[in-house]
Amino acid sequence: MEKTIAAIATSFGEGGISIIRISGDEAYEIVGKIFVPKSGKPLANRRMTYGKIVDPKTGESVDEVLAVYTKAPHTYTTEDVVEINCHGSVVSQRRILEVVLENGARLAEPGEFTKRAFLNGRLDLSQAEAVIDLIKAKSVKTFDVAMDQLEGRFSTEIKNIRKLILDILVNVTVNIDYPDEDIEQLTYENLEKNLYEVKEEIEKLLSTSDTGRIIKEGLNVAIIGKPNVGKSSLMNALLNEERAIVTDIAGTTRDTIEEMVNIRDIPVKLTDTAGIRDTQDVIEKIGIEKSKASFNSADLVIFVVDSSSPLDEEDDRIISLLEDRQVIVIYNKVDLAEKADLGYIQGKLTKATILKTSLTNNLKGLDQVKDKIVELVYGGKVKQEDSVLVTNVRHKNLLDEGLKSITDAIEMTKMHQALELIEIDINNSYELLGQIIGEAVAEDIINEVFSRFCLGK
Amino acid sequence: MEDKILMGHYDVAVIGAGHAGCEAALAAARMGKKTIMFSINLEAVAMMPCNPSIGGTGKGHLVREIDALGGEMGINIDKAFIQTKMLNTAKGPAVHSLRAQADKHKYHTEMKKTIENTPNLDMKQCEIVDILVEDGKVCGVVTKLNSYYTADAVILATGTFLRGKIFVGSTVTSSGPNGLAPSNELADNLKKHGIPLRRFKTGTPARCLGSSLDYSKMTEQKGDEERVPFSFLNDELGENQASCWLTYTNEETHGVIRANFHRSALFGGQIEGIGPRYCPSIEDKVNRFADKKRHQLFVEPEGLDTDEMYIQGMSSSLPEDVQEAFYKTIPGLENLRITRPAYAIEYDCINPQDLKLSLENRFIENLFCAGQFNGSSGYEEAAAQGLMAGINAVLKISGKKPLILGRNEAYIGVLIDDLVTKGTNEPYRIMTSRCEYRLLLRQDNADLRLTEKSYQVGLASKERYERFLKKKEAVEKEVARLESKMVKPLEIEEFLEKHQTSQVQSSISLADLLRRPQITYKDLEEIDDETRPNLAYHAATQVEVQIKYDGYIKKQLQQIERFNKLEGKTLEEDLDYSKIEGLRIEAMQKLSQIKPGSIGQASRISGVSPADINVLLIYLEKQRRKAEDGKAN
Repeated sequence: MEKTIAAIATSFGEGGISIIRISGDEAYEIVGKIFVPKSGKPLANRRMTYGKIVDPKTGESVDEVLAVYTKAPHTYTTEDVVEINCHGSVVSQRRILEVVLENGARLAEPGEFTKRAFLNGRLDLSQAEAVIDLIKAKSVKTFDVAMDQLEGRFSTEIKNIRKLILDILVNVTVNIDYPDEDIEQLTYENLEKNLYEVKEEIEKLLSTSDTGRIIKEGLNVAIIGKPNVGKSSLMNALLNEERAIVTDIAGTTRDTIEEMVNIRDIPVKLTDTAGIRDTQDVIEKIGIEKSKASFNSADLVIFVVDSSSPLDEEDDRIISLLEDRQVIVIYNKVDLAEKADLGYIQGKLTKATILKTSLTNNLKGLDQVKDKIVELVYGGKVKQEDSVLVTNVRHKNLLDEGLKSITDAIEMTKMHQALELIEIDINNSYELLGQIIGEAVAEDIINEVFSRFCLGK
Repeated sequence: MEDKILMGHYDVAVIGAGHAGCEAALAAARMGKKTIMFSINLEAVAMMPCNPSIGGTGKGHLVREIDALGGEMGINIDKAFIQTKMLNTAKGPAVHSLRAQADKHKYHTEMKKTIENTPNLDMKQCEIVDILVEDGKVCGVVTKLNSYYTADAVILATGTFLRGKIFVGSTVTSSGPNGLAPSNELADNLKKHGIPLRRFKTGTPARCLGSSLDYSKMTEQKGDEERVPFSFLNDELGENQASCWLTYTNEETHGVIRANFHRSALFGGQIEGIGPRYCPSIEDKVNRFADKKRHQLFVEPEGLDTDEMYIQGMSSSLPEDVQEAFYKTIPGLENLRITRPAYAIEYDCINPQDLKLSLENRFIENLFCAGQFNGSSGYEEAAAQGLMAGINAVLKISGKKPLILGRNEAYIGVLIDDLVTKGTNEPYRIMTSRCEYRLLLRQDNADLRLTEKSYQVGLASKERYERFLKKKEAVEKEVARLESKMVKPLEIEEFLEKHQTSQVQSSISLADLLRRPQITYKDLEEIDDETRPNLAYHAATQVEVQIKYDGYIKKQLQQIERFNKLEGKTLEEDLDYSKIEGLRIEAMQKLSQIKPGSIGQASRISGVSPADINVLLIYLEKQRRKAEDGKAN
């Protein structure tokens, strides 16, 4: 039998209220020893009961609480669970947890409630991972995606694709194992058609993975430009606070500054970089190297140009680094006289979106910047609230491998290779997708063969 | 025992003389142990009470493996075959499967002759009613004739005889297969010894006279021009002697069957046993696949010295009159005269999860079990288990380690691992799709995979072993020659065009040409020179397959390496699963019951989820660290 575990379930620190969660066969018994209900009636399933926590050792009353008992198996961990809602002070939380532990529970390891939910079969692997994502969710949107996965929508999608593959495997198997039977011969043409169907489904799911990753991990946005063109102002405007040091002395931002910010519910990691100018200053040189590195790994680069001064060598250097990249050019300080050659930039950076702004004074154009970021994340399409997104690297890798196997199978089918060789690749992709949701191949195929075909002597 | 007479002592006693019993007895005797084989009726030695054929998909692989290990089935069918066919030739060599129609009577007499002529082996017509067990160890068998034999090991291979019950319509008879006497007392006594039994069911179609059939309404199914022997000891076979015939049921047939569903033992509720899904009765087919307009059936000869024909695809437990009525609706069968009506048979068998991978019973030491008694179905599956039970019984009483074939080594390994590890809810049949590594486990290389192992445990004969070594060498030499022998583009222009494959720009090796799907090893003869050896069938096939599927074989070898990692993580037999935190209760129970030898085997137990396997892996890792800490201190 597994030991009953307990932990403070709310985030650590001072809060309005706090919850101590206890899960396991002895949860009810343990709480029975320390909880004194006001009404005198014991805890009933799924009913919130008011009372006190009393340390049975000293008889001392620890806190006033509300306790809820939920009976197995319809709980998060599928075990008996008791949750104690107490005052949010650190002292109160700690004292209650201590009393719980003294009376028979063991302190839960991080993630152990979820691990138990998984091990007890309530969550499949992708759902369990989603819970971890939920806990770490950085924005509302991330929360939604994680919530979707928790509800199993992603799993359902994977299961649907696996069902398609299973159909193919069943046909292949029955053709191999029952050559004498009166069943439809599987043609290479049909096989190819069916494999393409699977391929498209996997690709569709994979195409969401960039969006998915961005939504989960944040969009990497690097802000670049010569010193004192308004990079820090842009950053601050997006952050709504004075974080970077903004002065009019060129080279104030000596290091890259990273900030997380939610733009229209998309988590964005903004990196304010030092300029890329020729400098003798050793420290600034290091900053410049960092700048280059950070915009190389960026999903999006925002290039800020001071429209009030002519483009120079340094701007050119930046422009040459940005060719063929996703770029937003912020043509800043448009309230001043225009001296920079906008046509030149447009000619060089053909993929760039150019926005005219005046950030220091009236934040003109800021909304456009935000719109543009959203547009890029969703690939220019209207964001589809209903689509399932691939947000987990493990899932993406397995999908990638699964796709490769299916593609191999298609190639072999085109070459009219032997069926049992093609089967290896199809089976492989079936297994890989199964790993995403933690399902083994087991007897799936054989069971289907017998339920669908009339076979035998 | 005082009142019973001791009739002798044997090293190994085998109960049953079917396909499992014969292989077990022959293997034990050939390995030098004094062996006795009992049968209720010696006319039942190697009897084929159902279809008159050996082999087929998956099953053909088993026969080749039995042969490679020094078993008798392949040699015997090569003697008794009347038609042979290689199935799946449109597909790749890994799933090519040999099947031979047998002369049933000849199959029986040839096997009986072999047994009669084998040193160390006695055969006795005698019903065994009990086994003798002392301190949890089997030590003999008791006969119906008030006598007993002592034995160091006993092999149970009772087939469908154990509390056999035959169903034809509402008529239920206590009977073994083919009208032979059942074995009832033994079942009761096995239970007394604490061996749990359960009921399985199978069936067989009617036999009729060939002279009553109109073959002009059926399609002839001839054997192959090129006749391939089962046994690696034979390089060629004689002529095909007979044809099979294909015809179909129709709506009228189904109408007759439907109208009489209520008279079938199957739907009447008399049958409690579980039947196999792949061998459904015709009423089952009509019921489950109601929208199927027709079902095919093959009419196959039972032998050369009889006019009786077997109606494959039409097993039934409907009453005799209904059988006659529906058979007669089938084109070609309008005037058929049934000689033996179809019947369903129910029998006692064990849950194979009560066995170890060596096929030794978990409850009683030195008691080995094989064949349908273990919940399998099919002559070939039975023979394979019989052979392994025979080998392992001998190894056990000689104090040696059992011979256990891995899933990556043989179909026999897959068969036994499936039975013992996963168990089965229906009579188990081998299929190529049950085998994860079928590219490597081909019927053409069974000897290369297994003969050495068998020779080492003392079963495969010297003759077989030397043939194997010679073949191995010839194959290796020829593969090397084909890899190095180059031909110029001009020399092969015509050849390539003839075989509809693209031309080459520069010189190419014969091996590379062979890798093209359009070209066979035989084709190469057209452009080859005098250095080409004249290889016998088995060796030539081997050369072709090894070269053609080189790349895929490598892929599969990598898979096996991954597989071996989990197989290599051993679990102690006395491991207390109830002490491992995190295992689900179902998994804990299954693991405690089956006691897998490795993480790999554990992962194949139904009811053990991937999550449980992770828990086990974590547990092993913890144990390992503990052990290391212990050492460090």
